[in-house]
Amino acid sequence: MTVTARLFATFRDGRGKELVMDLAEGSTVCDVLKLLQIKPQDVAILLCNGRDGGLQNALKEGDRISLFPPVGGG
Amino acid sequence: MHGYTGKILRVNLTDGSIKSEALDKNLALKYIGGRGLGTALFMKEVKPEVDALGPDNKLLFVNGPLTGTPTPTGGRYMAVTKSPLTGTIASSNSGGYFGAELKFAGWDAIILEGKAAKPSYILIEDDKVELRSAAPLWGKLVSQTTDELEKAHSAKHRILAIGPAGEKLSLIAAIMNDRWRAAGRSGVGAVMGSKNLKAIVVRGSGKVGIADEVKLKEVFSRCMTKIKENGVTGSGLPTYGTAVLVNIINENGVFPTNNFQSSVFPAADDISGETLAAKYLKKKDPCYRCPIACGRYCEVDDVKGGGPEYETIWAFGSDCGVHDLAAVIKANYWCNEYGLDTISAGATLAAAMELYQRGHIKDSDFGDGPKLEFGNAAAVIEWTKRLGAAQGLGAKLALGSYRLTAQYGVPELSMTVKKQELPAYDPRGIQGHGVQYATSNRGGCHVRGYMISPEILGLPEKLDRFSLEGKSNWTKIFQDFTAAIDSVGLCLFTSFAMNADDYADLYNAVCGLSWSGADFIEAGERIWNIERLFNLRAGIGPEQDTLPKRLLTEPIPEGPSAGWTHKLSELLPEYYSLRGWGKDGIPGKEKLAALGIDL
Repeated sequence: MTVTARLFATFRDGRGKELVMDLAEGSTVCDVLKLLQIKPQDVAILLCNGRDGGLQNALKEGDRISLFPPVGGG
Repeated sequence: MHGYTGKILRVNLTDGSIKSEALDKNLALKYIGGRGLGTALFMKEVKPEVDALGPDNKLLFVNGPLTGTPTPTGGRYMAVTKSPLTGTIASSNSGGYFGAELKFAGWDAIILEGKAAKPSYILIEDDKVELRSAAPLWGKLVSQTTDELEKAHSAKHRILAIGPAGEKLSLIAAIMNDRWRAAGRSGVGAVMGSKNLKAIVVRGSGKVGIADEVKLKEVFSRCMTKIKENGVTGSGLPTYGTAVLVNIINENGVFPTNNFQSSVFPAADDISGETLAAKYLKKKDPCYRCPIACGRYCEVDDVKGGGPEYETIWAFGSDCGVHDLAAVIKANYWCNEYGLDTISAGATLAAAMELYQRGHIKDSDFGDGPKLEFGNAAAVIEWTKRLGAAQGLGAKLALGSYRLTAQYGVPELSMTVKKQELPAYDPRGIQGHGVQYATSNRGGCHVRGYMISPEILGLPEKLDRFSLEGKSNWTKIFQDFTAAIDSVGLCLFTSFAMNADDYADLYNAVCGLSWSGADFIEAGERIWNIERLFNLRAGIGPEQDTLPKRLLTEPIPEGPSAGWTHKLSELLPEYYSLRGWGKDGIPGKEKLAALGIDL
């Protein structure tokens, strides 16, 4: 299945903005992080299709994951 | 008492009298300083029904007890007055260096009253205070005004000034200091303009007294560690500034676009903090004693200066359908030069664009100016200037979006609360933040209780942004905590890392007190309640605790928050109840007595 990972702030360094990934059925967000070499503890905001996501979320075809390190402001 | 200088400067602009008065210490200990003390002083001196642009309104500049002390971000002041935009109490906060310098000159606050016969400015050098002619400065931009005053005095003098927008009584005019720092919201610049006061120049040679230097060092060190180790204050804000929020808010589908007609902006990355850092950022531009340094200094073409902030990028960017970040930087520059609130200015242009989209504004209304169409970057730059100069249609824009849209018979197109423009978060997909918008004591505002922190950023813990459960309580706590931080003289951003005990301990070390964190938050609740009282007396009642009709009735049309409206009617009764107010939203005598309020 195809899943899109969208990266922001320092996660873009050396990885780019957006990666389209071909994953095995049953893959989770955790698997995506491993492929991206991002440690789970470094992720502050994790969205699946714009909604709050979890590391163990099972992914499905066409899902969009957004990953942010600790950032914020206002 | 340490921390405070114990002195208030009173300048009557009508008769030119200048007095030094003693600070009422009991009042200070009840309302801390800044926003709280300023509101209390204002309520004691000014009738709530006062004409905001008349000579009987007063304009206060009030420091916090920690302003000018060696505490993290200890340099903030508040401009307190009655707002000509909202009719509510206005308290607009600013950083930079002006507040601290005023403290070094020996003043906890300035109370300005009356109206000068001619354009004037105030020169403060410690105890020496003079009212001087500003005739040659009237009509000049903020940078020109600052250049000339620095030339006349010195580059070490700190300068606060209004631009042409304040002179022309734009209801969304800001008061600027240190060139591009702004007491931005609620039209405080128009109040200064109505008094014929162009600027305040200050230079101080004193030092703020510290009650317990040893304890302060210890608490300072603890707070600095927290600020440095916190991901937001230690790395996110320093690296990208507030603009890093563009992608976060857009990815959640709550990034208002085209005057809140949508909340997803496909070109968000073009105007993001990441793009700003890569293309236009020249250096960081920190305020006094700030370890975070979120301030940006950017250059594009012949334009250079402070900003833009996240809210500004949103207002001139997605809210106007513009994805040209260079244009946004230029609009921000002109706001700083004319002295305008960037949120209200950008959001008013967005409302004008919807008026044009729906046929209310005609082609001929633009004169020789570009058409205000969503996505027209050149129009955003040009009409920001004309808004600042109140030129042509710009004179209508200068009154803010509520009065603009009302002139065309469609005030529902104004995305405001209490006539003040909402900032850059669509509350339909952030339910707690919507309660905060609706109940904010100065109208549409995000920094009266930043519910984005728990609902989007997950600080101090992650809440489901669509859920209503517990949101009224979180909102109340955030509002009270914020009111106290705004009063002590520190930047709200420290609260990403610091808790109420940290603030209380800093206050204790500087002033020799023994407050707990709970005392600090209770003072915030007291401050919140006197602001509410002022508004009620000024005729701004609970019927205005609401949101624009669009946000209550029209679901977000697309994206991750599609289908949601704001559920205010389900949250407001609980909010009033948690505040200890009547079902009618009015604080009763018992509640006021319990908080020790006798204003």
